[in-house]
Amino acid sequence: MTELLLLALGASLVNNFVLSNFLGLCPFIGVSRRFEAAAGMALATLFVLTIASGLSFALWQWVLVPLGLEYLRTLVFILLIAGVVQFTEIMVRATSPLLHQLLGIFLPLITTNCAVLGVALLNVDRQHGLLESLVFGASAGAGFGLALLLFTALRERLDTADVPAAFRGAPVALVTAGLMALAFMGFAGLGAR
Amino acid sequence: MSLDAIVIAVLVAAALAVTLGSALGWAASRIEPDAGSLVEQIDALLPQTQCGQCLYPGCRPYAAAIASGAANIDRCPPGGDATVRALATLLDRSQRTLDPAFGAPKPAQVAWIDEEKCIGCARCLPACPVDAIVGAPRQMHTVIAAQCTGCELCLPPCPVDCIELRPAPAVSLRYRQPRAA
Repeated sequence: MTELLLLALGASLVNNFVLSNFLGLCPFIGVSRRFEAAAGMALATLFVLTIASGLSFALWQWVLVPLGLEYLRTLVFILLIAGVVQFTEIMVRATSPLLHQLLGIFLPLITTNCAVLGVALLNVDRQHGLLESLVFGASAGAGFGLALLLFTALRERLDTADVPAAFRGAPVALVTAGLMALAFMGFAGLGAR
Repeated sequence: MSLDAIVIAVLVAAALAVTLGSALGWAASRIEPDAGSLVEQIDALLPQTQCGQCLYPGCRPYAAAIASGAANIDRCPPGGDATVRALATLLDRSQRTLDPAFGAPKPAQVAWIDEEKCIGCARCLPACPVDAIVGAPRQMHTVIAAQCTGCELCLPPCPVDCIELRPAPAVSLRYRQPRAA
C-alpha cells in the first residue's frame, strides 16, 4: 500500500510528466488558453491514461510476451491508445457536445500525446503489475491535469497582464512553463521514486 | 527472423486492429442512440441564427429541448412557418404555424453598420453570437455579411444606434433555408 502511494506521489508530483519528464507538451501549450477546455482535456487525458495503461499491460503480459513479440510494443500500444482515444471521443460527443467543440482537434490528438505512450512503455520497462500500472497511469494523468490546470490559470491571468510586446503570447507562456518546472523541482525532496 | 515470426506478428497486429475497430463500431452504435442523432436532425432544420428568440441560448440547445419534449416546435421566428412544417414532417406532428408569442417571422436580413456614425465602442462585439462583427476599441467596426445571421442581438448594446438591418443580399450566402423534408 505504501509502495502504491509512493508510486502515485512520484508519478504525479516528483516526476511530473509534463514538468520534469517533458512529455505531453503539445496539449500543455495548445489547450491551456481557456480553463473550461483545459479541465475537459485534463479529465479526458486522465481517463485515456488510466484505461490505456491497464489495457497495454494486459496486452503486453498476455499477448506480446507469450508470443515473443516484444519488439512490436510501440506499434501495438499506439494502436491501442488510438482505439481508447476514439472511444473517449465518442463518449464526450454523446455526453457533452459543448466540450467536444471546445476541445476540437486536441481530443483526437491525445493519441499523439507522448505522455500516454510514455506511461505504457514505462510500465513495461519498470515491470509494473496490473494494479501498479493502473495506479501509475492514473497518477500520471492526475499530474498532467494538475500541471495543465495550474498553467491555464496562470495564462488566463497573463492575458490581462501588461506583458512587454516582445514577450506576448507564446514566449511568456514558455517562460511561465519553465518557472513552473523549476517550482515543481521542489517536490524532489519528497523522496518518492 | 523466420517467416513464421513475421506471419505471427502481422496476424497479431491485424487481429488487434480488427478487434478494436469492431469494438469502436459497436460502441458508436450503442452510445449514440436515436436521441443523439435526432438532435442533429432537428438542429439541421433550424436556421442557425443563434438569436435566442425561442428563449434557448442557441439553435442546438433548442433542438435538444425539442428532442426531449421540453419545447414545442413553433418557437423559431427566423425560420418561419417553413421551419415549423419541416420539423412537423420530421417529428410527425400536426403543428403547421409559428407561435406569435415568440415574434413574427421576418425575411432574411443582415446587419449593416453606418461607419460614419460608429464610434468604435466595441460593445456590439460580445453580443454577436457568430462573431460576425470585426472591430476593436476606437476602430471602425464592420459586419461580415456572409457570417451575419440577422439575429438583431447587436442592436440593443449600440449606444449611437448606428446598426441597421437590411435585406439579405443573397440567400445562399448566409441563411440556411430550411430544407423541405
